[in-house]
Amino acid sequence: MFFLPSNYRHPAFRDGARHMWPQAPGIGAWGLMTGVAMVKSGMSVLESVLMTVLVFAGSAQLAAIPLLIAGAPAWVILATAFCVNLRFVVFSLHLRPFLMHLPRWQRMTHGYLTADISYVLFTRRFVHPSTDTAVLREQSAYLAGNCLVNWGSWVGSSLVGIALANFIPTHWGLGFAGTLCLIGILCSLATTRMRLLAGTVAAAAAVVAWSLPLKLNIVVAIAVAVVLCMSLEGRGPGAPAQRKGAA
Amino acid sequence: MTGAGSTDLWTVAVIAGLACVTVLARCFFFILDRDWTLPHWAQRGLQYAPIAALSAVVVPEVVMAQGQLVQTLHDARLYAAAAGAAAYFWRRDVLIPIVAGMAVYLPLHLGLGW
Repeated sequence: MFFLPSNYRHPAFRDGARHMWPQAPGIGAWGLMTGVAMVKSGMSVLESVLMTVLVFAGSAQLAAIPLLIAGAPAWVILATAFCVNLRFVVFSLHLRPFLMHLPRWQRMTHGYLTADISYVLFTRRFVHPSTDTAVLREQSAYLAGNCLVNWGSWVGSSLVGIALANFIPTHWGLGFAGTLCLIGILCSLATTRMRLLAGTVAAAAAVVAWSLPLKLNIVVAIAVAVVLCMSLEGRGPGAPAQRKGAA
Repeated sequence: MTGAGSTDLWTVAVIAGLACVTVLARCFFFILDRDWTLPHWAQRGLQYAPIAALSAVVVPEVVMAQGQLVQTLHDARLYAAAAGAAAYFWRRDVLIPIVAGMAVYLPLHLGLGW
């Protein structure tokens, strides 16, 4: 975390921040559109600000918005967000040896603030966890600096988007930008044939089951796609090799 | 949500819940002190659940209108989504689809009323 002196006084803190800077404009553009999309989808300014500051997970936020607007039950919204966030579960397994030397509140704050790009930059720079205290401190400081720039550009640009959204007429349909953001992430996840199949099956199931109440079509679609792909795994020539927790 | 622009407690509570989901997902394997791993079936499921969840949310947002599959090709969302996906596979960048998609969406939606 960037608010601890042991992190922000360490020289690696600046390295972490510097390596994140080139990503800041892209994160900013995404945050800006998420801010606009939240308000233009019908969320209040207070709700949008709270979501930006507290949730800090763009793809889960954007997936939750249409469900919130449709009045889906809380458990459906939370379960959908958790499924969208499952990549972080994989990341947390990877980060565990780097963070376990810290007290629980510190490692959980680190975890909370470590989104996709910070994870990639951190694990690229520190390939192996260390047992050396100096290196562990350096790793912690680097991650903190990196996350500060990520957090600042995401939250700052989202707040700007929320403010700007009030000046944009609703009939422009800018809420659709949120869907477009997710399309990018969706395509980036289609890395194997089986995953592509999972996405296709889930899409078809969500459309077919659309009339189910409480937005249960989302839950049904996820379940059908996951169960189908797990049962087909390893059968076809295009099936990927088993990858244990490495996305 | 009771309506555009108004804040209700239920939505705020769900937002707080979503924040907990973020913490739970990002810290999943280092919340507890002891070392542990997921059962094998759960690890396999991890491969498919994220794309399934996103696809289930996104695709109906593009192809459904008033609870039905869109009956017309005069819908800006279809072309914007296709342009966004094509732009991703062209540049392999998750941010480009927003730009490309909106560049298609806005003229069709505002100009032609699709």
